[in-house]
Amino acid sequence: MFSLQQRIVQARREFLTTSASGLGLAALGAMLNADDATNQLTTKTPHFEPKAKNCIFLLQAGAPSQLDLFDPKPKLNELHGKPLPNEMLEKVRFAFIKKESAVLMGSSRKWTKHGECGMDFSDFLPNIATCADDILMIRSMFSEQFNHHPGQLLLSCGRGTFGLPTVGSWLTYGLGSESQNLPGYVVLTSGRGSSGGSSLWSSGFLPSHYAGVVFRNEGEPILNLTNPAGLPPEMQRGGLDAIRLLNESRYSEVHDPEIASRIASYELAFRMQSAAPELIDLQGESADTLSEYGIGRSQHPQATGRGNVANAHLSFARNCLLSRRMVERGVRFVNIIYEAWDQHSDLDQDLRYNSWVVDQPIAALLKDLKQRGLLDSTLVVWGSEFGRTPLGENRNGREANTGRDHHPFAFTLWMAGGGIRGGQVYGETDELGWGVTKDPVHINDLHATMLHLFGLDHMRLTHRKQGRDFRLTDVGGKVMTQWLA
Amino acid sequence: MMQPFLILITFAITAPFIVFSDELPPAVDRKIDFANDVEPLFAKHCVTCHGNEKQEAGFRLDQSESAMLGGDSGKAIVPGDSKQSRLLHYVAATDQDKIMPPEGARLSANEIGILRAWIDQGAVWPDGNAKGSQRNSHWAYQPLAQHTPPQVNGKEWVINPIDQFVLAKLETQGLTPSPEADRPTLIRRLSLDLTGLLPAVAEVDAFVSDSTPQAYESVVERLLDSPHFGERWGRHWLDMARYADSDGYEKDNPRPDAYRWRDWVIDSINSDMPFDQFSIEQLAGDLLPNATSMQRLATAFHRQTLTNTEGGADQEQFRVEACFDRTETTGAVWLGLTVGCARCHTHKYDAISQREYYQLFAFFNNGDELTWVVPKSDDEIKQYQESLASHAASVALAQGALREAQKGIGPAMAKWESELQSRIVQTKETPLRRESLVDLQVTGDSGVVFTSVADGSFLVGGENPDTATYTVQGKAGVGFDTLRLDVLADKALPAKGPGRTPHGNFVLSEITLEVSESEDFVSPKLLQFDLAKADHEQSDRPWRAKDAIDGIDKTGWAIGAQYGKDHWAEFHLKEPLPASKLLFVRIRLSQQHGKQHTLGRFKISLQSGAASPDLPKTIAKILSIAAEGRSEAQHQELLDHFSGLEPTTKPLAEKLIALQKKEPAKPELSARVIGQRIKEPRRTFVLRRGEFLEPVLDAEVKPNGLATLTKMTSVKEKELGDRLDLARWLVSRDNPLTPRVTVNHVWRTLFGTGIVRTANDFGVRGQPPTHPELLDWLARDFIESKAWSRKTLIKQIVMSATYRQSSKRRLDLMEIDPQNQLLACQNRLRVEGEIVRDITLDAAGLLSRKIGGPSVFPLLPPGIAELSYNGNFKWVISDETDRYRRGMYTFFKRTSPHPNLITFDCPDANLTCVDRNKSNTPLQALIGLNNESFAEAAQSFAKRILGSRSTADDESSIESAFRICLARRPSDREVLVLLNLLAKARVWYAEHPDEAKALVGSMHVQDIHVQENAAWVAALRAFINLDEFITRE
Repeated sequence: MFSLQQRIVQARREFLTTSASGLGLAALGAMLNADDATNQLTTKTPHFEPKAKNCIFLLQAGAPSQLDLFDPKPKLNELHGKPLPNEMLEKVRFAFIKKESAVLMGSSRKWTKHGECGMDFSDFLPNIATCADDILMIRSMFSEQFNHHPGQLLLSCGRGTFGLPTVGSWLTYGLGSESQNLPGYVVLTSGRGSSGGSSLWSSGFLPSHYAGVVFRNEGEPILNLTNPAGLPPEMQRGGLDAIRLLNESRYSEVHDPEIASRIASYELAFRMQSAAPELIDLQGESADTLSEYGIGRSQHPQATGRGNVANAHLSFARNCLLSRRMVERGVRFVNIIYEAWDQHSDLDQDLRYNSWVVDQPIAALLKDLKQRGLLDSTLVVWGSEFGRTPLGENRNGREANTGRDHHPFAFTLWMAGGGIRGGQVYGETDELGWGVTKDPVHINDLHATMLHLFGLDHMRLTHRKQGRDFRLTDVGGKVMTQWLA
Repeated sequence: MMQPFLILITFAITAPFIVFSDELPPAVDRKIDFANDVEPLFAKHCVTCHGNEKQEAGFRLDQSESAMLGGDSGKAIVPGDSKQSRLLHYVAATDQDKIMPPEGARLSANEIGILRAWIDQGAVWPDGNAKGSQRNSHWAYQPLAQHTPPQVNGKEWVINPIDQFVLAKLETQGLTPSPEADRPTLIRRLSLDLTGLLPAVAEVDAFVSDSTPQAYESVVERLLDSPHFGERWGRHWLDMARYADSDGYEKDNPRPDAYRWRDWVIDSINSDMPFDQFSIEQLAGDLLPNATSMQRLATAFHRQTLTNTEGGADQEQFRVEACFDRTETTGAVWLGLTVGCARCHTHKYDAISQREYYQLFAFFNNGDELTWVVPKSDDEIKQYQESLASHAASVALAQGALREAQKGIGPAMAKWESELQSRIVQTKETPLRRESLVDLQVTGDSGVVFTSVADGSFLVGGENPDTATYTVQGKAGVGFDTLRLDVLADKALPAKGPGRTPHGNFVLSEITLEVSESEDFVSPKLLQFDLAKADHEQSDRPWRAKDAIDGIDKTGWAIGAQYGKDHWAEFHLKEPLPASKLLFVRIRLSQQHGKQHTLGRFKISLQSGAASPDLPKTIAKILSIAAEGRSEAQHQELLDHFSGLEPTTKPLAEKLIALQKKEPAKPELSARVIGQRIKEPRRTFVLRRGEFLEPVLDAEVKPNGLATLTKMTSVKEKELGDRLDLARWLVSRDNPLTPRVTVNHVWRTLFGTGIVRTANDFGVRGQPPTHPELLDWLARDFIESKAWSRKTLIKQIVMSATYRQSSKRRLDLMEIDPQNQLLACQNRLRVEGEIVRDITLDAAGLLSRKIGGPSVFPLLPPGIAELSYNGNFKWVISDETDRYRRGMYTFFKRTSPHPNLITFDCPDANLTCVDRNKSNTPLQALIGLNNESFAEAAQSFAKRILGSRSTADDESSIESAFRICLARRPSDREVLVLLNLLAKARVWYAEHPDEAKALVGSMHVQDIHVQENAAWVAALRAFINLDEFITRE
């Protein structure tokens, strides 16, 4: 049979492939050779040579208006105030729009082409626009979910239902974590809570190792990271030593390998207690870096709307920088959630503010990653559950149309780094931005391609539950080879 | 200018008629014989995929009934009409995307012509050709076998038949079972398995020293009788029921009544309601004859589905979604099958066609979501009856006192009445005049439709917009000074109105009155109101009648919570309408509050003159009767009324009224339940790919079971079809799955894994049972000898020698049976998330053992509740007692569940959970080490140990800690480890008094130095972090 030491090594191997991940086991002294263990065992082998090692997913929950940020439609401005032809209205659903009186709403944005590729951006995103040549702009996304929560589930899990693992869970399940002492799958939030809540970082039917670990904006970065009041590290250590000895003694009685897992998990927890605070401590970052990300910047003079909650402009900037620090430390998947974009009204003012919140930090992140040589192996995705409609929202009782309704038929999502060929616009929508006219992309296709970049075949990354082999891409998904560098 | 809209097509609703192009080869011109001409064609081209073995797309062509029914896409054969028969179009390849057979030789034009002629001639399929009706051969669908427990050599080990089955298998492998676990382990195992709590030290001692042969059995019986048994086993059921305290989805509103059904589960399990009845009541309690309120409450099992109240969500979509969930949960819980696969297509592996899925779905399609008033609990009803009686006594006492005092107020009352009577005469001279407008017209925006009612009021229908403005127009008579608005209840309105919100409220934001001399209202004059009153005004904000004339849209008149009743408001004009001429009048009712707070039925009138004195109706009526003509009771009523005005009796009268108002309210609540839809029952169609907008209109289905199991029959004289039929079918003697699945759940709970290890999948992709004979023997015994009694089944299993084995892993089994499938020992199991909390609080002496009641809010780290949408949720920590309730009572918010639960693998309650994961992670370690609740438990545990010790002997204190937490006594080495830790802590805290104070917190033990106390906290917290502590051995 196995010795306890072998068991702990084995347990450690299992931890290192999970989100609540591997910590060096120096504390166990001669029992283990931590370096050996980590070098061999931290990661699982992908199906083929990967391009990307890490992913930063900038989840812009609430559905930003592609028509005012990424997909200019002169014709829409021309037809401003005119109704949409009846035959188009007949077959569609809206959340709030009253079909009888709905009219098209032009965009008041100014558009310029950027980069050598000449990619369009509206004047709300001047900084991200400077990264145009690194960006793959996909204008032909579509979804079949109409409401925020099911839509966010589809974007996170490949299907608009509960109980499924999220992208980050699948990646850590498929590849393990490279981090020695941090979770492999981390969630950062800014502003208000999202429609999807904790279902957006659930591990679904996969074990809870693969769930996202929320890093908090205030207080201890990970729940329960701080020792109880009055308990110094040396007493924590002393307690852990006693716990270990007692667990070992029980192991010698009952030989249950779960005890080895327990011992290893306590050691890993102890290491996490120092690694996580080190991660969030920005003192080592230069003043230039901090100011590029917009950390500590003052509030926008016209701060307004749903995005202006809990100092989102500060936490979003900080989360972008933290995501780079996490990538440097081997965190596999970082999900930054900013639920701010549901502009049923006051589109112009609110979008201006939200764009201001995200524009500078995201551009800084892309440039920072690039400058450190991390962009090639870090996939950055900016996206949301759906887009917004070219019609103004004439919800009952509204004097004027100042917002747009949900629009799953055509929306924009962009990616950079991680093996993506930047400087290209993919897919087209019609003159009004209503439907996709060329190269439609389903979220399953997006996921298939994301997995592909990580060296994983979406058809082979499966988990059997209740007799079915589930995959991230549900029953669809094709790899978009045109996107690859 | 418009491009084709590619994506729109996927959203198109399926056209109700199938239009086929007419490109079929001609029918042959002769009489067709099925057996000679047609059947050979089917055999040659079709039945490999559409026959007995496989039924691709849910379609089979080897038996008449199924062939005529069609498959996932609908009817394939329309007798007499080959042009409308899909089958023909598929084989003739009229649509390039749908060609049959997909591979191999296609049918020739002549062969197609034969099929065409056969169909046109009526598609006659003679009897006797119904081949292939044999059942699926998968083990789980076979009837329960009758097995006699096998003979074994090691008879002395056997306690009951379970052991014979287990031992027989071990003996074939040349293995022997493990010895019985020691008594402390056994009683701890039983306590955790049956109640989820630690055994008390005294209980352990009693059991260890009990030398009678019944010692073990009496512990088992005590625990089965414990009220905590229902909590423990109820929680397993709640997992399957996806029980939670909130709606789910974005808004995730709380469900304050959800706990009531949870308590029903606990009670039913405690009273050992037979599992068949338990099933029937939950699936169809409302349909039982003379259903009791408890039976209706039971149906809340299927009200645990999620509700999406996100703005703009299509309610039909989420209604269908909930019915899917009910169908699939039922399949998983009772049948152990993943019927969900067949939602979109015929199951790839198991014998469930898409049509059959919708047959099951049809049962739930006509179950509506209702509420039902039920008593909060038996205890509260008992208390209520007692307090009602004592209340009645106090009322009688107060009434007596008043009657006594009333004896002296006769003269005063006579004077009061004569004054009042003369006022009444006055009002008769200038009586109240109230009229409707002449040529009354009413218009509104937002698609509302007005229906005129005979009493001059209007009922509002059509669209139900968030906000609306109604305009009433007409000609008015002369001299009016008041505008009166009656709002009226109506059955046609939600909650009977009078407003149009789902609960019947409205907000009248503003009311205005304009007059003009011309009909087209050129230069209208806006008249000013100076006073407003109403019979009832909602008080919370406030929502007064005068708020409807303040010129502010945000305020207005509303009537919560007096819904479903008539109300009125009167608005007095500063200056009356001119008395000289008829004017055109326009009244605007502006309702801008939103969320459908609009009027549902209303009447506008104008009035003038004096109203009668403000008297209750009954008093006014009594006054209209001459004194001699009044009855005794009327006289008394008038006297009581006056007593409230007369200073000498006023205090007594008011006291009586106040007392009467304090009549205790019946402790009831409205619980969410399921009720059968009777009006306009829904028809059920196969939904293409499970899309609620895409019914396959020629594939209507009727409620029915799965063909591979026993035939479903209706006990009533009626068409098959309600949930009661379904429930009875599920627990019928001839359905082998329900008992197999149910005993397997019980077995899984007591051994860590089931006899079928894939407890959630009894289908062909699941694992076959490790002990098939034992499974069938248990299942049959469960329904026959045990009459579905869960407690008896559990008792039988825990009494067995197999269960009592030690859980020490044996070196000789590591290679042969690493997963312990042969059961040569027990398994060590980490306790579930709730139980981790329960036993920690229990050891600490903090646990509240209260059973049931509303869910509670224990400590929660800041920033968790805020992660839910819009921060719409506040977590207010419960008071002292409710803070330490068992984990299963923690309020479960679906989008933001308590992290201590989720981290220890509690299910997220979005879908049924038949089998929890069991992980072992650093985040769990962090909870045990640092979480506030656990740190508090460590303080309290130290207090318990230090406070109860008789001597200041460290070793015996450590020993009692072991006995409390682990039931057993420690080894010398274990004591030494803790003494060392204690010694280190003493040294450190001796030098750090401030930290000592912080560590001890509020749990400082009197007479013990705080530094010493801290050292104990630091040492004893090790216990709640031991693997053994959170493991049932």
